[in-house]
Amino acid sequence: MYKYDDYDQQLVDERIEQFRDQVNRRLSGELSEEEFRPLRLMNGVYLQLHAYMLRVAIPYGTMNSAQMRQFAYIARNYDKGYGHFTTRQNIQFNWPKLVDLPDILTELSKVQMHAIQTSGNCIRNTTTDQYAGASFDELEDPRPWCEIIRQWSTMHPEFTYLPRKFKMAVTGAPNDRAAVAIHDIGLRIRRDEQGELGFEVMVGGGLGRTPMIGKTICEFLPKEDLLSYLEAILRVYNQFGRRDNKYKARIKILVHEIGAEKFAELVEKEWEEIRDSALHLPAEEIEEISAHFTPPPFDVLPALSSSFSEKVGQDEKFAYWVQNNVREHKQQGYAIVNISLKPIGGIPGDISHAQMDVVADLADQFSFGEIRSTHEQNLVLAHVKRDDLYAVWLKLDEYGLATPNSGLITDLIACPGLDYCALANSRSIPLAQRISERFGELDRQHEIGKVQVKISGCINACTHHHVGHIGILGVDKKGQEFYQITLGGRADENAKIGKIVGAGLSTDEVVDAVETLINTYLGLRESKEETFLDAFNRVGETPFKEALYGAR
Amino acid sequence: MTKQVITANRLDDGLAVFFDTHANWSASITEAAVVEKGEEADTLLATASNADNQLIVVGPYLIDVDQQGGKITPVRYREQIRTLGPSVRPDLGYQAK
Amino acid sequence: MALVKNNLVVKDSWVKVDDEGDLPAGDILVSLTRWTEDRDALLARKGQVGVCLKSDENPEQILQDLSFFQVIALEFPAFTDGRAYSYARLLRERHGYKDELRAVGNVLRDQVLLMHRCGFDAFEIKAPDEKALQIWLDAQKEMTTFYQPTGDGRKTVMSLRQRKRMARGAS
Repeated sequence: MYKYDDYDQQLVDERIEQFRDQVNRRLSGELSEEEFRPLRLMNGVYLQLHAYMLRVAIPYGTMNSAQMRQFAYIARNYDKGYGHFTTRQNIQFNWPKLVDLPDILTELSKVQMHAIQTSGNCIRNTTTDQYAGASFDELEDPRPWCEIIRQWSTMHPEFTYLPRKFKMAVTGAPNDRAAVAIHDIGLRIRRDEQGELGFEVMVGGGLGRTPMIGKTICEFLPKEDLLSYLEAILRVYNQFGRRDNKYKARIKILVHEIGAEKFAELVEKEWEEIRDSALHLPAEEIEEISAHFTPPPFDVLPALSSSFSEKVGQDEKFAYWVQNNVREHKQQGYAIVNISLKPIGGIPGDISHAQMDVVADLADQFSFGEIRSTHEQNLVLAHVKRDDLYAVWLKLDEYGLATPNSGLITDLIACPGLDYCALANSRSIPLAQRISERFGELDRQHEIGKVQVKISGCINACTHHHVGHIGILGVDKKGQEFYQITLGGRADENAKIGKIVGAGLSTDEVVDAVETLINTYLGLRESKEETFLDAFNRVGETPFKEALYGAR
Repeated sequence: MTKQVITANRLDDGLAVFFDTHANWSASITEAAVVEKGEEADTLLATASNADNQLIVVGPYLIDVDQQGGKITPVRYREQIRTLGPSVRPDLGYQAK
Repeated sequence: MALVKNNLVVKDSWVKVDDEGDLPAGDILVSLTRWTEDRDALLARKGQVGVCLKSDENPEQILQDLSFFQVIALEFPAFTDGRAYSYARLLRERHGYKDELRAVGNVLRDQVLLMHRCGFDAFEIKAPDEKALQIWLDAQKEMTTFYQPTGDGRKTVMSLRQRKRMARGAS
């Protein structure tokens, strides 16, 4: 993975001192809260219901064991012993003191981490496929490109005060696990007719009040032109994006209002001017950054592992876990391990400091010291020998990290909601916990199969509920929590916004409603192979709607 | 008659605090100054929002409360959660004591 | 109010002129409206002229006239309105505007470095002279490492790396 050189480190160190000074100026009254707020946000510091919150960037969801241990250290010494992995592959701490934050950032910088641009109306952390570099279906590892974007976007002088926040995602595989179509810019690595690799560029995806799927404005962008093209898009957006209404300020509204074709034209015109500028990426620079992501030194292993097969045969619990949480690796004899942060009845994405240390140890021992965070709020050990899976599982199980529910109904995605978040209208976590408990029984989850439930506590849609197979949005109705259900959304390469199925449901009704939806599916599916989403797409919303609200 | 108190988050550590009868900020809502909604509340909010207080807290605002006996309870559940802590972590926040 | 330019507080010799009324002698700053309406009169008088653009007035509209201006002032109505960063870069880097590019409005300590990187060379800072100069000098020192190539002449990380590679290659 990427290692800072002296320049990267110096920038982060300078940024911390700048922030330390900003904090001091706020405390002394030189800066008003109004002036300080955007500055602290640009360094990932929110003020939530109970305390400040720090969002630390995990660039494109890749971290090493030392970084994970540092999170544990911060959780123990500056927070309340835990952290929360977010849907944008970052980690949040819920209780830091403002006066401690510069020191926390110093601790993070010791392991090459920062909180730069994890909030604010600027370019945010670029996200990607959690299986990057390990998955068999990938054309190319997307992470060097994410790193190139990270550097270009870090403290960009022109794009620090955009109309609104700006999020990018990159996928290197045709099976899109990075939800690129619902980002401000989505990049998909693809091949042209000559076999060259480049990017398909999508713009204007996003959820929130006005959910939209991104539109392709460039079918094939040569790699070396990536930064000039991104700069062209951002420059058009910065000048012409709406600033009169916060809810219409995202790039999706601009693209929608002027049309994707017109937008593409503006970008193309701007791009022609800067294509051959200093933004043109020299081959040596691409090579140097890509060299950080060369595959780890894999052992040459046989396709079949007898010790592994033996354990699978002997231990049913282990077999279950393998079936659900372990994925195929491109390297023979290796596997991808999904670490579930969704224990039955637990808080999705939360992890204790002790668990962090365990994951770090496992990464060192079994996965080249590397860990991934996922937009489903889980963790991944990307390169584990099949022979080592049993040992990994034993340790994970001991620490409550081996719930065999990856991709199943209890692998719920939920935002912090009104238990923590100052923007939320309703709670998300208690609902996630109740659904998890309702479906906690393993055989039943397996019977139901793959289905994604995503719960957002407000219309900002942090969990992407619009593109959940079952999406749940919490709203406040005269001081009561209500939940609105959408069905049929998806975030993959066939991304689609789900449909609102009917009137909002009360806290008491909503878990039963999810069960009704699931039972309806089980009743009408053609076979066990037909997933919830497949069945929904075949029969449409009517049977589900009728089951929920009665035939009307 | 709607009763109100003033709440904010403390600048240095971010914790939820309440403007009390001595014009100080208290971590306990039971010590909050309870006022009538309207002129009385607005006057108190002006004091709580003055330059000196901007150095102690962030974003003071009024919330509706029920007052019964010595107990002050916010009307909205958002504010109830702020006086207690996360409902999913009874071991954290003010409720943990 | 102080005007900081070239690491100094300078006397602002430019008079801001309303959209109505007579044109005074000397160097004057006018709005885009005034420029559009009174272009001939403004060019006929003695003394220099500058134009002040609001954040929703794209410099596209004055590209033909750049040579007439000794000052272009771009307004930041709020420091969160970042349009003028793009305008400044386009004026400097694409359209070759060489004279004074002045940041006016809500020009604060934590943004002046970004503004300078985008091509502003004069800053109207709402503070007494000494304080304004200190704000500028402090802000300028905060960051020394930059990833993005802009027209400001600062070395980028990529160019420094390239130089290192070449040095390695030569040895």
